Amino acid sequence: MSDILVSEQSAPGADGSGRPSGRLLEVDDLRVEFRTRDGVAKVINGVTYHVDAGETLAVLGESGSGKSVTAQTIMGILDTPPGFVTGGQVRFHGRDMLKMSAEERRRIRGEGIAMIFQDSLSALNPVFTVGFQVAEQFRIRRGMSRADAKKRAIEMLDQVKIPNAKGRYGNYPHQFSGGMRQRAMIAMSLALDPEVLIADEPTTALDVTVQAQIMDLLGELQRERRMGMILITHDLGVVADVADRIAVMYAGRIVEEADVYDLYAKPAHPYTLGLLDSIPRMDEKGQELRTIKGLPPNLMNIPPGCPFNPRCPMAQPVCREKVPPLLQIGRGRASACHFAEELVSRD
Amino acid sequence: MGRYLLRRLLQLVPVFIGTTFMIYALVWAVPGDPFAGKCGERRCPDQYIAFMTDKYHLDQNIFVQYATYMQNLLKGDFGQTFSGRSINDIIATAYPNTLKLAVVALLIEAGIGLTAGVLTGLRRNGFLDNLVLVSTLFLIALPVFVVGFVLQWLFGVQWQLVKPTVSSEMRFSELIIPGFVLGSASMAYIARVARTSIAENRRADYVRTAIAKGLPMRRVVGVHLLRNSLIPVVTLLGTDLGALMGGAIVTEGIFQINGIGRQVYRSIVTKESATVVSIVVVLVLVYLLMNLVVDLLYAALDPRIRYE
Repeated sequence: MSDILVSEQSAPGADGSGRPSGRLLEVDDLRVEFRTRDGVAKVINGVTYHVDAGETLAVLGESGSGKSVTAQTIMGILDTPPGFVTGGQVRFHGRDMLKMSAEERRRIRGEGIAMIFQDSLSALNPVFTVGFQVAEQFRIRRGMSRADAKKRAIEMLDQVKIPNAKGRYGNYPHQFSGGMRQRAMIAMSLALDPEVLIADEPTTALDVTVQAQIMDLLGELQRERRMGMILITHDLGVVADVADRIAVMYAGRIVEEADVYDLYAKPAHPYTLGLLDSIPRMDEKGQELRTIKGLPPNLMNIPPGCPFNPRCPMAQPVCREKVPPLLQIGRGRASACHFAEELVSRD
Repeated sequence: MGRYLLRRLLQLVPVFIGTTFMIYALVWAVPGDPFAGKCGERRCPDQYIAFMTDKYHLDQNIFVQYATYMQNLLKGDFGQTFSGRSINDIIATAYPNTLKLAVVALLIEAGIGLTAGVLTGLRRNGFLDNLVLVSTLFLIALPVFVVGFVLQWLFGVQWQLVKPTVSSEMRFSELIIPGFVLGSASMAYIARVARTSIAENRRADYVRTAIAKGLPMRRVVGVHLLRNSLIPVVTLLGTDLGALMGGAIVTEGIFQINGIGRQVYRSIVTKESATVVSIVVVLVLVYLLMNLVVDLLYAALDPRIRYE
C-alpha cells in the first residue's frame, strides 16, 4: 500500500437517490502485469481511484497507459493469460471483488457494474438481432417471459432515442449506423439499471457530430439514473463537458487527479500540461502542432524514478532516482510530481 | 430470397445436362464388349446380339443414345439392365440402405467431431487437446479400407461385439461401426475446424460483451460463441452429406451393405453402362440439391449474408 491520499469530496447518500451511501466503487493500489513470451509487462502499477453515485470520473491517458486494462480488471473480463492481477483491491460497496467467487462476480456484471465498449460493430454479436441482445438481459438475468422482455427491450431502445424502436428491434447490428449501434450498446448495458457504468472510449469510432450526441445522451442518462460513471478516453475535448473529476494515467499509474475546472486551469503535472498544450488551437493555425516529445515507456522496462522523466521538460536529477508518490496538494487534488506545488503556484 | 432460389434452381438445369452428358460419354468411351461373357463359355448368338443392339440402340451414335436416354429419364424411367431388370428398382432397393448408412455416419461425425472440437477449442494445449490432435491426424492419414478392415477385425472377429458384416435388415446397432468408418475422416476434419473456429472466436469482442453482460458461462459459450463458430462446420457437414449420399464403395464393400456404392461398382465391372449412368445421375442431382441447401443454411446462420 502506498500512502495515497485522494479527494474526500462528494458526500454520497445525500442525494436522496435511495442508494446505499459510502464509496460505490474503489480501485485500490491495483497492479496488473502481462506475462508474454518476450517478458513481463507491468501494465498497471498501483492505480487508485474511486467513483461515487451520481458522479462522472474521466480516466484520461494515451494508448497503453493502462486505462482500459483497469476497466477490464474491474469488470473481470481481463484476458488471463496473459493478464494477471498481482496486487491491490477492487471494492464494490466496500467488498473486494477480486476475492469473490466467479458466480458472485458474474451477478455484479450488468446489474452492479456495466460496461460499454469502443467498437460497437465488433462488440455486438453479428448473428443476433439488436433487440434479442437487449431482451436477453431481461430474459436471462431477470427471468422474464419472451413477450415481456421484448416489451422492456423496446422501451430501452426508445430511451436511448433510437427512432422507431419497435421497428428496429428485429434488425441486426450491421443494419444499424455507427451512432445507432452505440445507442443500442448503451441500451443493452443499462438494461439492468447498473449503479456504475464504465464507458471505454464510447465515441472514438464515431463521427464528430455523432460523438456529441452520444456524449449528451450518456450524460443525460447518468444524471437521470444517478449512476457513477467512469469515462475512459484520450480525448480532452470529450472530457470537459461531462466529467466531474479527471484522473490522468501514464505508464500504468495515476499521475494527476483533480476536478475538471482545476485540471484545465492549473495542471499539477507536467504530463497533463503537455496534453493540454498539444490540443490544436485555432489561433495558432498554420503553425506546427505542439506535441510531447518522445514515446511512452516500454512497459517491460519502465525507467527508474518518475516514469515520465525521459520526456519531461522539467526533469531534475531527483526525477531519475525517486518515484514521486501521488500526494494530495489541495482540496480534491492529487499529483504524482516532485514539483507539483511549484507547477500550481506558477504564473 | 425467392428470386435467389429460383435462379439457383434454374442454374441446376445446364449443370445437370452438362454432368450427365459427360458421364454418359465417359461410360460410352470405356473400351470393352458388353456381350463378352454374357452367354457362358461360348460367344453370344448373332440373333441375340442383333436383338439387344436394336433394343438398347447400341448402333446409334452417342448423341442419339444420350437424347433417347434423357427422354426416358424425364418420364422418370431410368431404363433396364441387359438382363431386363428395371434400374428404377435397383436404385429403389439400394438407395435407402445408403441413406441409412449416411445418416448414421453424419450423426457420428457431427456428434463426436463437434464435441471434441468445442472442448479442445475452449481449453487448448491440455491433455484432451493433444489427444484429439494426434487421433484426428491418424484418422485423416489412414485410408478408409485400413480403418474399415481393422475395426471389422477388432470388433467383429477378435472381440465379437458385433457381427462382422451388416445383415439385410440394416439394424441401427449394426451400422455403428460402418458409420464410424465411413465418417471417420470427416469427423477428424470437423473436430479440427470446430476447434480452430471456437479458439478464434473465444477472444472475440462480442464474447467479451456477453461476459460483461453477466450471462452464465454456459450461455456465453452455448449461444454466443457456438452460433458464430458453427458456420464453417456447417459448410463442411453439408458438402460431406452430399458425398455420403453418393454411397461408399469401399465401406459398403467391406461390410457387405447392399447400397448404391456397391451397385455402381458391380455395374462398372459388368459393363452395365445404363445402370452406371442412372445411378450417377441420381447422385449428381442429390449433390447439387445438397449444395443448395447448404447455401441456404448460411443465411440462416449468418444474417450478414444476403441473397440477391
